[in-house]
Amino acid sequence: MTQKSVTQNIVEIDNLSFGYKNRMLHQGINMVFPRGKVVAIMGGSGCGKTTLLRLIGGQVTPSKGEVRVEGQVVHKQGREGIFQLRRKMGMLFQHGALFTDLSVYENVAFPMREHTNLPESMIHDLVVMKLNAVGLRGAYKLKPTELSGGMGRRVALARAVALDPDIIMYDEPFAGLDPISMGIICNLIRILNDALGATSIVVSHDVKETFSIADYVYFVANGTIAAEGTPHDLTQSKLSFVHQFVHGEKDGPVPFHYPAPDYKTSLLEFGA
Amino acid sequence: MMQSAMMIGLVRYITNIGHRFNEAIWRLGAGTRLFGLTLISSGESFKRFHLTIREVYATGVLSLVIIIVSAFFVGMVLGLQGYNTLQKYGSSESIGVLVALALVRELGPVVTALLFAGRAGTAITAEIGLMKATEQLSAMEMMAVNPIARVIAPRFWAGVIAMPILAALFSMVGILGGYFVAVPMIGVDAGAFWSQMQANVDWQFDILNGVIKSIVFGVACTMIALFEGYDAPPTAEGVSRATTRTVVTSSLTVLMLDFVLTSFMIKM
Repeated sequence: MTQKSVTQNIVEIDNLSFGYKNRMLHQGINMVFPRGKVVAIMGGSGCGKTTLLRLIGGQVTPSKGEVRVEGQVVHKQGREGIFQLRRKMGMLFQHGALFTDLSVYENVAFPMREHTNLPESMIHDLVVMKLNAVGLRGAYKLKPTELSGGMGRRVALARAVALDPDIIMYDEPFAGLDPISMGIICNLIRILNDALGATSIVVSHDVKETFSIADYVYFVANGTIAAEGTPHDLTQSKLSFVHQFVHGEKDGPVPFHYPAPDYKTSLLEFGA
Repeated sequence: MMQSAMMIGLVRYITNIGHRFNEAIWRLGAGTRLFGLTLISSGESFKRFHLTIREVYATGVLSLVIIIVSAFFVGMVLGLQGYNTLQKYGSSESIGVLVALALVRELGPVVTALLFAGRAGTAITAEIGLMKATEQLSAMEMMAVNPIARVIAPRFWAGVIAMPILAALFSMVGILGGYFVAVPMIGVDAGAFWSQMQANVDWQFDILNGVIKSIVFGVACTMIALFEGYDAPPTAEGVSRATTRTVVTSSLTVLMLDFVLTSFMIKM
């Protein structure tokens, strides 16, 4: 422990429920994200993984329970308070979300220009350093439309860490990338986390990549945590859902078929 | 059987009307709310004026070609049509007044606003809609930057600044178009063309009122374009529908506002 009494967990999710009018997405979720770790949240598409990131970032308000960042309850902060908390966070969006009207350089410089009064020469140095960290120093002049998917993701990563955040959130960082880009992003997540002394929260459904970098993994299914543990534990898991997910089996506790009346009834339905 | 089917149809029809009406009211409220938020968050657009200037370029300068070319043709048509009627009464020298008044009072502000909605308005809606669809606005929020202050407000003020200038340009070029037809082509006396115009166009009643109109249209068109983009469903289909709606709503609003403003301005 450092001399200041800091909480060991930088983000804590406590008995959290969230949902829309007629559908609950999460029910009574508890998670902790210890400082300095890479923690993954995994689960099938549409199980509300991304919404968890939005809850941590304060973009949506929980129906019940709370999310604490640095010990502060996120949804009880005013707009200014939430903005203060967000300055400690960096987020990599699924499709990068680079500003299309700005160049790569300007994209990375954006958070610095908005939140600091640094002189232009220092912003230049910082941008070059961030771009160098993701290997794209040479691409500073390009526009986001001129980048490949993987390069765009790396620029977005440089932008996400522009202000050296304490928490870096990744929303499906591997989705839609070729194997080489995937490997690069995968390494960068781990390297940046350790170099910046940050805490990373990775939302993903790519088992192999995520397991290779995560310290701890939460599995979300049907609005609750179906399983949790280190990647090693989960690979050995006997739980049928985890087994199906980790090994990518087509049928199991998650059924292949969307709920439907029995086959014969459906066939006879026509013209009735 | 037949009757109940008709009843169901009728009920559905009425429900549909009610639903649309509800939605229209809701959108009016949401648009007004965005307008209010934009005004509140406008500080940065002036503190960092280069942000606004950039958008003046995108909305104003890039609309110049369509504005100037249309204005020239509108002026020429006015010259032809006006001369055709005026010469029957032997007052073809008044052609200058007719062209100038028609442009400065009505056609300048109105046609500019309609063209602006089609050129700059759709561009704004598409841009904001795409920024939303590609999570750029969300990313900004997560970077603790208020998208209304950083994206919406500069574009709003840019539109409000650009519109009167474009309308003034429209009137000027239109008058030149009218001159081109009346004087070199038809042979109306140039001196009469200009001096009658000078004598009969009033600074406050004609020109100032035209400027007021174009400022109001600037506020309306830009705000509608921004709202449609900001409110668009974040999909390709949503954005394309929103751009269409921008043109339809802006055009109707401009024509409606024009009637309201004119009825306040005209001396009976």
